Amino acid sequence: MSELLNILQYLDDPNARYVLAGTFLLGISAGVLGCFAILRRRALVGDAVAHAVLPGVCLAFIIVGDKDPFALLIGSMIFGWISMIVMDAIVRNTKLSTDASIGMVLSVFFGLGVVLLTYIQSTGNVNQSGLDAFLFGNAASLLPGDVMVFGTLSVIILIVIAVSYKEMKMVSFDPGFAKSIGYPVKRIEFLIATLMVMTITVGLQAVGVVLMASMLIIPAAAGRYWTESLGIMIVIAGAVGAISGVGGTVISGLAPAMPTGPWIVVTALFLFLISFMFAPKRGEVIRKLKNMRNRVRVQDENVLKTIYLLEEQDGLAGKVRSMRDILKRRRMNIRKTRSSLARLHSDGLIQLIPGKPAGYLLTDEGRARAMRLVRVHRLWELYLTSHVQIAGDHVHDDAESMEHLITPEIEEQLTSLLGRPATDPHLRKIPYGETTTGGGLLS
Amino acid sequence: MSNKLPPIEVHDLTVAYRKKPVLWDIDFDVPEGKLIAVIGPNGAGKSTLIKTIMGLIEPVSGKILVYGKPVDRERPRIAYVPQRESVDWDFPISVYELVLMGRYSHLKLFRRPGSNDRRIATEALEKVGMSDYAGRQISQLSGGQQQRVFLARALAQQADIYLMDEPLAGVDAATETTIFELLSVLRDEGKTVLVVHHDLQSVSGNFDWVMLLNLRLVAFGPREEVFTTENLQKAYGGRLNILTQVVELAKEKSFVREPGHE
Amino acid sequence: MITSTFWILLTGSLAAASCALVGSFLVLRKQSMMGDAISHAVLPGIAIAFLLTASRNTFPMLLGAGAFGLLTVYFTEFLHKRGRLMHDTSMGIVFTSLFAFGVILISLFAAQVDLDQECVLYGEIAYIPWDLWIWNGTNMGPRPVWILGFVLMLNLAFVGFFYKELKVYAFSPEYAASLGIPVGLIHYGLMGSVSFSTIASFESVGAILVVALLIVPPATAYLLTEKLKPMLLLAMAIGVLSAISGYYLALFINASIAGSIAVMTGIFFLVAYLFSPSDGVLTRRYRKAEPLAEPDEFALF
Repeated sequence: MSELLNILQYLDDPNARYVLAGTFLLGISAGVLGCFAILRRRALVGDAVAHAVLPGVCLAFIIVGDKDPFALLIGSMIFGWISMIVMDAIVRNTKLSTDASIGMVLSVFFGLGVVLLTYIQSTGNVNQSGLDAFLFGNAASLLPGDVMVFGTLSVIILIVIAVSYKEMKMVSFDPGFAKSIGYPVKRIEFLIATLMVMTITVGLQAVGVVLMASMLIIPAAAGRYWTESLGIMIVIAGAVGAISGVGGTVISGLAPAMPTGPWIVVTALFLFLISFMFAPKRGEVIRKLKNMRNRVRVQDENVLKTIYLLEEQDGLAGKVRSMRDILKRRRMNIRKTRSSLARLHSDGLIQLIPGKPAGYLLTDEGRARAMRLVRVHRLWELYLTSHVQIAGDHVHDDAESMEHLITPEIEEQLTSLLGRPATDPHLRKIPYGETTTGGGLLS
Repeated sequence: MSNKLPPIEVHDLTVAYRKKPVLWDIDFDVPEGKLIAVIGPNGAGKSTLIKTIMGLIEPVSGKILVYGKPVDRERPRIAYVPQRESVDWDFPISVYELVLMGRYSHLKLFRRPGSNDRRIATEALEKVGMSDYAGRQISQLSGGQQQRVFLARALAQQADIYLMDEPLAGVDAATETTIFELLSVLRDEGKTVLVVHHDLQSVSGNFDWVMLLNLRLVAFGPREEVFTTENLQKAYGGRLNILTQVVELAKEKSFVREPGHE
Repeated sequence: MITSTFWILLTGSLAAASCALVGSFLVLRKQSMMGDAISHAVLPGIAIAFLLTASRNTFPMLLGAGAFGLLTVYFTEFLHKRGRLMHDTSMGIVFTSLFAFGVILISLFAAQVDLDQECVLYGEIAYIPWDLWIWNGTNMGPRPVWILGFVLMLNLAFVGFFYKELKVYAFSPEYAASLGIPVGLIHYGLMGSVSFSTIASFESVGAILVVALLIVPPATAYLLTEKLKPMLLLAMAIGVLSAISGYYLALFINASIAGSIAVMTGIFFLVAYLFSPSDGVLTRRYRKAEPLAEPDEFALF
């Protein structure tokens, strides 16, 4: 309760609200731009640029003599650009790899920044205290004037991205093709680079040079898990960025000695981990669940098929089979077989005949499904031996897994390709029955 | 014919990478309306040639003209199909979006594609038999399907010249047939098609002209004249015996197919 | 003051030599940013070691840093493979998060941890002469010198013992694997060495400037020679030169020693970049005026 009260008290402060608006906008623009950064494999370039603007900030401070947001902006933009040009030149003109050039620019430029920073400290300028905020970020040190400047900049960044979305998408996906149709690829890349430098500049005071890269990388990576569309990815990344910016600022605001940057990163990481685990389709948990469901389906289908094969063996469709009979025909885990039988019963695919031991009987629907599995299995075996030239004694295992996957459309193609054959390579009858071709068990 | 400008002229072209020449003093004119295979061993500079024509690589020396003008002036008339591996197939866009990119060549910067562009993109997808996949994410495609989608993007450009970098690499048999059919349709429409190709066996019967490349231009001309064991041995350095055998095989095949084709 | 200057120069040189030795393999393996990632990610390891032992005890610190260094490598691989992210993206997520976690630990327990945020960034090499190791009542000299000396020996032993394997591995891990070289072991061994060198140098030069010592001198040496052994020696020499000249630069302008050392590595690189006999941009431009070689030279057919 008292935590909540603290947060409310914090929000009551008009200056805090300014700061929150600033980190909110910063979060959006960094998240949005980060999508292009990671898709163009430039995630760590952002890291290098963020470190490399430090000397620019310090030089601006030395020249202007105080923390004027415009001067800092210009200083960091210039050094951001220089760092990009240097990285590019190293990769272009030497045998060194991209990551070596990124690492070198990052560390040497940062070293220069540290030299300048300590130089400023040694000259004892009273205003210098504010410069420390650039290392790990201190959103509380943002003045309303700073927020106005950086907020406007964020809005400009977003507008530029909206206008040049088509071009940025094209250049990010396939720069070679873009160039081939006459796109000014270099200029668009320069535009993206400029936007990146601007975003980093905006984020400096809130997140700090050291952790700024994470604002570009983590929200964008989180967004990727939820969607297969770039447009939606951008929206989600922007949202994750905004939440992290605001969340991190509030948390660090509650404990005054805390720098903002690390808390923003931790908030973003939390949202990333949720995306990584629980996003539909791409999320780890969902994928695990899907795998599990598939395994259960395969298990159920195998049990169903085994009952059918027993019927086929002795030609007695009305005979009740015990679990023992089933396991004798096909070796399966007892516990799993029991749960499969229960599921098949509740799905109405088998009848349960009480007794000691209990017996099972295929319903008409169950028989049709089982027959389809056997049919697809044998069709596939025949296809492999006749069209892919695989020896007859090698095809069973493949068919055993394919029978659960083959769709009615593929089945139809197989049937017509093979001319509705009567027997499989092992001369077993291929059952067609009078059934319609339904999908898998649970489809 | 003679007063018409050739689709592509290449004069004294040399391309080098870190002092090492990749293409050495290449000189040729591409005739209009032909389906041309560019073949040669690995590292012979086949892709480099196409990329240099497209202006993606800066040559050390030489001149390239497209319909008598620098390529930058005629870009809408020339379509390029890059190698499949050149892009990240996990990129979050749909098949349809990718094909629509072909229309960007006719759009001004910062303009959005209109209904006409959308219609053309849809038709291009139909032509390669991928209409059912329009909404799919591109990572869900097989290699052959990816190649078809790339081809559809080039078709959507509605160009006069098509330069294709290994469009038949790693595709299934069905896709190969579809692509070859498509290429001959393009040729029959009077388009000029240059295809970097790696499979010597399928040269005969599918291409009209052949360009043999290995750092130098070994030979360039109508297939019957150029696609000979002697030239191939020159291009492949004579050290690959299996290839020579394949050529003999291919020749036999082409001998059978010849009457139907010409 | 002569002695304190001597200790600072020795510390810097030892740090530069250890980093350059293992960093050379990072550069050749195109894994330079792994050095950056590890140097950031060891911070929580150091903080935890501090908190648990309440002292600057070296052994727990090395252990903590080594553990987090290897965790970084492991998490990066994990997110890359299971999370289907690009390698640089997953690396960026892992090391910034770990570093953020480390900074939070340090500021939460600022009272207990004798480490401040600035020290993390630029180290405190200037105070090293007073950080003495008193053993059995005898003054053995500054503690960091012993640690760095030990790590340098460790690295030399590692590289010397596995020289052949490292060479093949740097050339091509796939080929190394085909020769039956335990690539995983070499890889994690190298990353372990990087972690140790990082942590040992960390106190002196800070998290980010360690990266300069790891990458820049090897990259400079790589522009000057193609052979592995000369490259290793040259990288170490350039590292040591940067440390010494950086110290005097810092004295001259009255600024951070670590920062000046990083700047000096950059200046040495710039010289090699422009004037390397084989790879220099200016040397090559000068040579470009020569006519291209005759076709015969390439033995075309």
